[in-house]
Amino acid sequence: MDTPKIDVAYVAELARLELTPEERAVFQPQLENIVKYVEKISSVDVSDVPPTLNGREIVNAFREDVVRPSMDREEALANAPARTGDEFMLPKIVEGAES
Amino acid sequence: MSELFELGVKGAVDGMSRGDFSSVELVDSVIARYHAKNGEIGAYLTFDEEGARAAAKAADAARASGGSAPLLGVPIAIKDLINVKGQPCTCASKILEGYVSPYDATVIKNLKAAGAVCAGRVNMDEFAMGSSTENSALGVTRNPYDLSRVPGGSSGGSAAAVGGNLCIAALGTDTGGSIRQPASFCNCVGLKPSYGRVSRFGVTAFASSLDQVGPMTKSVEDAAMILQALAGHDEMDGTTPREPVPDYSAAVKDASFKGMKIGLPREYFIDGLDSEVKRLTDEAIAACTAAGAEIVEVSLPHTEYAMAVYYIVAPAEASANLARFDGVRYGHRSGRSDDVFNLYARSRAEGFGSEVKRRIIMGTYVLSSGYYDAYYGRASRVRTLVRRDFEDAFKKVDVLLTPVAPTPAFKLGEVQDPLTMYLNDLFTIPSALAGNCSMSVPAGFTQGTNLPVGVQFIADAYREDMLLKAGRAFELSRRV
Repeated sequence: MDTPKIDVAYVAELARLELTPEERAVFQPQLENIVKYVEKISSVDVSDVPPTLNGREIVNAFREDVVRPSMDREEALANAPARTGDEFMLPKIVEGAES
Repeated sequence: MSELFELGVKGAVDGMSRGDFSSVELVDSVIARYHAKNGEIGAYLTFDEEGARAAAKAADAARASGGSAPLLGVPIAIKDLINVKGQPCTCASKILEGYVSPYDATVIKNLKAAGAVCAGRVNMDEFAMGSSTENSALGVTRNPYDLSRVPGGSSGGSAAAVGGNLCIAALGTDTGGSIRQPASFCNCVGLKPSYGRVSRFGVTAFASSLDQVGPMTKSVEDAAMILQALAGHDEMDGTTPREPVPDYSAAVKDASFKGMKIGLPREYFIDGLDSEVKRLTDEAIAACTAAGAEIVEVSLPHTEYAMAVYYIVAPAEASANLARFDGVRYGHRSGRSDDVFNLYARSRAEGFGSEVKRRIIMGTYVLSSGYYDAYYGRASRVRTLVRRDFEDAFKKVDVLLTPVAPTPAFKLGEVQDPLTMYLNDLFTIPSALAGNCSMSVPAGFTQGTNLPVGVQFIADAYREDMLLKAGRAFELSRRV
């Protein structure tokens, strides 16, 4: 595996995270360093090894499909940074729609 | 015992059962200690004194009318990422400043059902990302044994509160070592349960394939009592199996090393180990042997890859989990958000600290198109090899004994490079990846600097009974 150059600005955009130029300058070498370190796993032979995706595998953790009381609407909205009536308030999303 | 706040869980419960003191007196003693010491130690972020006294009063009334819940009237400090209804839950992040929990986490429901008083919230690394609590956006926590040093992390507030006698016991969370390393730094017992043993419902998620909630206490018996209240199936967390919960207090009763096989994984006794940590670990091994344990050398050959696996898997899962902090339903919303993209990107930019941002970027990178197979996919397979190492070892031995961290507590500000900080978790990460249970138990103090150091016991998954037995036997061996 070649040493990849992580494009911090591009990845931060994917992560919906605005970075200052100063942050980008600090993170770039730090993350290169971390990426370089974790690449040591590339030398391990994992052919025929299945993945472990959880600390303990459980299949079919079902419960009865019955309607139960959920959180009260006022409680759910109590921490909202902005609301309108019974809904969360957001900037306009759809292009050209009336705001 | 001169002051009530010095008591552990067992001492507090026994004293209240005998009628030596009330829960109100106990809680008042902890509150007085909080006022005297929290200014310099900074273990707590908030303490609901009124709520604590009211709950203590109710506990005393319950006891007067015959109530005997196992933790009745015992105040327990809660790491600030576990939701307690009506209390703040900031995860030590600016993005959640002002947030008030609308519900109790399952572990809190369980503690309350057992009679505990949950009123104080303790500091941590932001979103549990760190090994020193220096990543908290809300305050500095100092090691009660040396105020110039860190308490460890991420459950540093929990460890400082227990080690500094600012509480009777605390809850922490552990993803790669966040209970065990601070326990080692602050002279307390810290138990990371097996994956799935304790519900995470209502506990802010960091890395969901690893996170566990566990007790941080003044003794192994206390850890057994709290784990008893926490453990078991929860239909709100699909990773908790319906396996019966053993009687942990029975496991620690009359605990002895006689007939127990302890494995020493040779990969954990590395050259970079601090000489005092090595000396105390060697003394611990000698104490176990003297108390009747059989010591066997074992090998966990994939240990050297565990940290690399962890720093792929944990940030990957964190980047997904932390996507929920977008300024829409709760938490900080940027005032500069003219459209939805900027609402997300700027709210997160203003709300998250550096380490959280680094891990989100790292996690997003390893999951991004074209890199998934080389990083997350491959790491998940190497994780299987790490897990198999433990499975093989536990065919030969009952528990493993290792150092907890390569060094004792370091100075505030001493470790600046992120990768160097990550090395703190070298010995705690592998058992987390494998889903085993593990525990740090105090093992003595360094010469000269007089800093506490713990040793780590690791047991097979769902063998907390064996883990607690070994830990208790070790405590007893050190009292001789």
